[in-house]
Amino acid sequence: MSTIIEEIAAEHLRDNIPEFSVGDTVKVSVKVREGERERIQVFEGIVIKRRGASIQESYTVRRISHGIGVERVFAVHSPMVDKIEVARRGRVRRSRLYYLRDRVGRAARVKEARR
Amino acid sequence: MIGKKVGMTHVYDDDGRYIPVTVVEAGPCSVTQVKTLENDGYEAVQIGFGETRETRLTQAQLGHLGDNSPLRHLREFRVTGDTGVAVGDTVTAGVFEPGQNVSVTGTSKGKGFAGVMKRHGFHGGKRTHGQSDRERAPGSVGAGTTPGRVFKGTRMAGQVGNKRVTVKNVTVFRVLEERNVVLLKGPVPGNNGSIVLMKPGSN
Repeated sequence: MSTIIEEIAAEHLRDNIPEFSVGDTVKVSVKVREGERERIQVFEGIVIKRRGASIQESYTVRRISHGIGVERVFAVHSPMVDKIEVARRGRVRRSRLYYLRDRVGRAARVKEARR
Repeated sequence: MIGKKVGMTHVYDDDGRYIPVTVVEAGPCSVTQVKTLENDGYEAVQIGFGETRETRLTQAQLGHLGDNSPLRHLREFRVTGDTGVAVGDTVTAGVFEPGQNVSVTGTSKGKGFAGVMKRHGFHGGKRTHGQSDRERAPGSVGAGTTPGRVFKGTRMAGQVGNKRVTVKNVTVFRVLEERNVVLLKGPVPGNNGSIVLMKPGSN
C-alpha cells in the first residue's frame, strides 16, 4: 500500500487495543452522545468476525438482547469506542462464527480456551 | 489542477465520525502555456504534472515546455479574464481549502463489453422453470412487423467504463500541503494511479 495512505492512517491508529480474536467475549464501551451529554454504554458479546487491516480493520460482536440477536460492527480504531475489555477467551476452529446465528440458548455457546 | 489518484482509505473527523476519503496526489503543477483570445481564439491555462526523464519526451514536447522541467501530463483549463498567472508558475495543493467543493474528472475503470444486466440494470430472465440460456438475456428489443425495426437508442450490451467521467460537488476534506496531497470525501473515478483533474466549484 502507498506510504501516503499509511501515514494518514497512522494518525488515527490507537495503541490501547487489547489482543482479542474471534470467539472471545468482549465488553465494548461505546460513547453515546445524547444531545450535549456524552455517556458510555457497554456492549458485551461474542466476536464472530474480524476483518481488514490497519485503519480499515473491523470486528463484529454478537449478543442476545431480550431474546433477539443483535450484531454490531465496530472499527478497531474507532474513536467512538472508549475501551475494549476481553471478558473471556474462546476456543473456536473457524474465523467466522456465522453458525451461531442459527443456534439458540445453550447451543450458542463457545468453549473457553485453555491456557 | 492535475493529480494522481493514490487510493482510498478512511479517517475520523473531530466528532469521531467515519469519513471515507480518496487520497489524491495533487501537483505540484507548472504552468506551461497561457492561451489568450488574441493568440489562440480562447482563454485557457495549460499546466503540466508528473516529472519524467528528458528521454521520455519528443523534441517537440521538450521545445514546447521550454524552461519547464520535463512533464508527462499536460492539460488545459478554461479560464476567463486575467488570471495573473505566467508560464513557469507553480500550482500546489495549497490552492484547495478544506470544505471547498470541487469537480473531479477522470477515466472510469473499464469493465469491457458488458451485458445488459451489468450495463443497464436489466433483470435478466428466469433462472429456473426449464430455462436454458436466458439467465442474463435482454428479452425483446422491439415489436413485430410494425415498426419492423429496432428503435434507435434501445439499450443493449456494449462497452462499459474506460470513459471520461466527471463527479461534481466533491468536498475537500483535508489538504496536506507539504506532501502535495488532498483528501477528497468519497470516491472519484478511475483506477488507483490514474490521472484526475480537479476544478474548483461544481460546474
